[in-house]
Amino acid sequence: MARKVNRLSPFNVTALALGVAFLYLPIMILVIYSFNASRLVTVWGGWSLRWYQEFFNDRAMLDAAWMSLRVAAVSATIATLLGTLAAVGLVRGERFRGRSLFSGMLYAPLVMPEVISGLSLLLLFVALNAERGFWTVTIAHTTLTMCFVTVVVQSRLASLDRSLEEAAMDLGCDPVQAFLSVTLPLIIPAIAAGWMLAFTLSLDDVVIASFTTGPGSATLPIRIYSEVRLGVKPEINAICTMVIALIAVVIVIASLASKLSSAKAESAAPL
Amino acid sequence: MSTRRIFAQPARYAAIAPYLWMVLFFLVPFGFVLKISLSQTAIAQPPYVPVFDFAEGWAAINAAFAQLSMDNFRLLVSDNLYLSSYLRSLIVAVASTLILLLIGYPIAYGMARLPQRWQAIAMMLVIVPFWTSFLIRIYAWINILQHDGLLNTVLLALHLVSAPVVWLSTDTAMYIGIVYSYLPFMILPLYATLSKMDPALLEAASDLGASPQQAFWLVTFPLSLPGVGAGALLCFIPIVGEFVIPDLLAGSGSMMIGQTLWLEFFTNKDWPVAAAAAVALLVLLVLPLLLYDRLQRRTLEGGR
Repeated sequence: MARKVNRLSPFNVTALALGVAFLYLPIMILVIYSFNASRLVTVWGGWSLRWYQEFFNDRAMLDAAWMSLRVAAVSATIATLLGTLAAVGLVRGERFRGRSLFSGMLYAPLVMPEVISGLSLLLLFVALNAERGFWTVTIAHTTLTMCFVTVVVQSRLASLDRSLEEAAMDLGCDPVQAFLSVTLPLIIPAIAAGWMLAFTLSLDDVVIASFTTGPGSATLPIRIYSEVRLGVKPEINAICTMVIALIAVVIVIASLASKLSSAKAESAAPL
Repeated sequence: MSTRRIFAQPARYAAIAPYLWMVLFFLVPFGFVLKISLSQTAIAQPPYVPVFDFAEGWAAINAAFAQLSMDNFRLLVSDNLYLSSYLRSLIVAVASTLILLLIGYPIAYGMARLPQRWQAIAMMLVIVPFWTSFLIRIYAWINILQHDGLLNTVLLALHLVSAPVVWLSTDTAMYIGIVYSYLPFMILPLYATLSKMDPALLEAASDLGASPQQAFWLVTFPLSLPGVGAGALLCFIPIVGEFVIPDLLAGSGSMMIGQTLWLEFFTNKDWPVAAAAAVALLVLLVLPLLLYDRLQRRTLEGGR
C-alpha cells in the first residue's frame, strides 16, 4: 500500500500533457504557417516556400541577419573564455579579496531587467565616446552572456573530483598543466554548452542591442521587432522558423559533441 | 591540502580578466546612470548637461555636487504617469509570479513523479523552449491571438463566441505572454527541490494515517518552499522591468516602468529622466536581488 503514494496520478499526467502542449503548440503553429502560401493567417493556401524567397530577396533583413550572426559568434567566444576563467576563479580560487563582489556582479545580470543593463552600457559608451555599432553590441552581449557561461561551467567544475587535479600535481604537473591536461577535458562539455547558450542568447536579444547599437547596424531581432510592431507578416514567420532551425542544429551538434567528449573523458579516466 | 593551496593561486589569477571586465562593463556603467539621472535635460547630443567630468579632479567634483539636480526624481514622484507605471509593474510582476506558481507547480510535481528515465526527457522538453528565441515565442502568440488569428477561428467554429474577441492589446494577452516566456524559470527550480525529496517521507506520512492531500500540504509543500522562493525570484525580478512583452501584447493604455524608460529614452530623448527611472527600478529590486544573490551562492557554491 505504502508504495502507492509515489505513483503518477491522472492529475499529474494531465498537468504534464497540458504543460508540454502549452510550451510547444504556439511554436509549431508558427512553423506550419511559415509554409502557408496565403498571405492571410486564417486561410490555408497550400504549402509554399514563397516567404522564404521573400526573405532572401530582402537586403535589409539579410544584412541584419549577417550582423546578428557575427555578433553572436564573436560575443559568445569572448564570453566563453571570460566566463570559464571566472568559473575557475570562483570554484578553485578558494577565498580571495573581493570575491563576493565578483560573484555578485556575475549573478546579478542573470535576472537584471534588460532595460537597465542596456541603458547603463549605452551611457558608458557615450561617455567613452565609442562609436556605436558592431563592437558596442558585441561588448554588451559578452557582458550579459559570460555570466550564463560562468554559471554553467561553475556547476560542472564544482561537481568534479578534486583529487584528479591533486593526483596530477603529485605526479609532477604544475597547476597550469594539471588544469589543461586533467580539468579542461572534463569540463569541455559544459564549456561547449556555455558557448551555445551565449550564442543563442545573443541571437535573441532585442532590448540591449537596441540601446547599444548605432544607426545603420540593426541586428536581426531589432528588425523583426520593428516589423512585428506593425503586425504579422508571413515573411517574419519564415525568418523565425529559420532561426529556430539554426538553434535546433546548434543544440544537436552540442549534445553530440558533449556526448563524444564525455565518452572520451570516461574512457580516459580510469587510468 | 597543500596541493590544493598551490592550485588556488593561479585560479585566482584566472579571475583577473573577467573581474576587470565586469567592473568596467557592469559596475562602472551604474555610476553613469546615477550621474546622468542627477543632471539636467538639454537639447543636445548627447541630450544632457553633464554634472561633472571625472577628468577635472576632486575640486571640480566637489563644486559640481552643489548643483546636482534632483529634478528628475522630483518629476518621477510628482507625475502620475511614472507613479502609475511603477505601481503597474509591481502589480503585474506579483500577479504573474502567482499565476506562474499555480501553473508551474503541478507540472514540476508531475515531472518529479515520472519514472527516472522519463524525467530526463521532461527536463529537456522544459529547457528547449528556453533556448528558442524569446522574441519568436512572443511573436508566435501574436499569430494566435490576432483578430483573425487561430484562437478566434477556433472559437467561432465551435460557436463559443458569435463575433471575434479582441485578444491582442489586452492585459490577458500580456499575462499569457509573460506566463509562456517565464514558465521554464518557474518549473526548473521547483522540479529541482521536488525531485530531491525522499519518497520515504510520503510513505511515512501515509503509514501514519495522512490522506494524500494532507501529506501534500504537511510534508511535500513545506519542503518545496526553497524551490518556490527560487522560482518566484527568478520570475519576479525580470518581469518587473519587462519591456518587450507588454509592448507587443498589452494595450497602450497603461505602461510598465520598463516601457516608460524606453519611451523617455527613445521617443522623448529625455536621457536624464530615463536614467532616473532606471535608478528607481533598481531601488525597487535591491532587496529581491540581494535575496537572489544569497540563493545563487548557496546553490552554486554549497555550504562554503
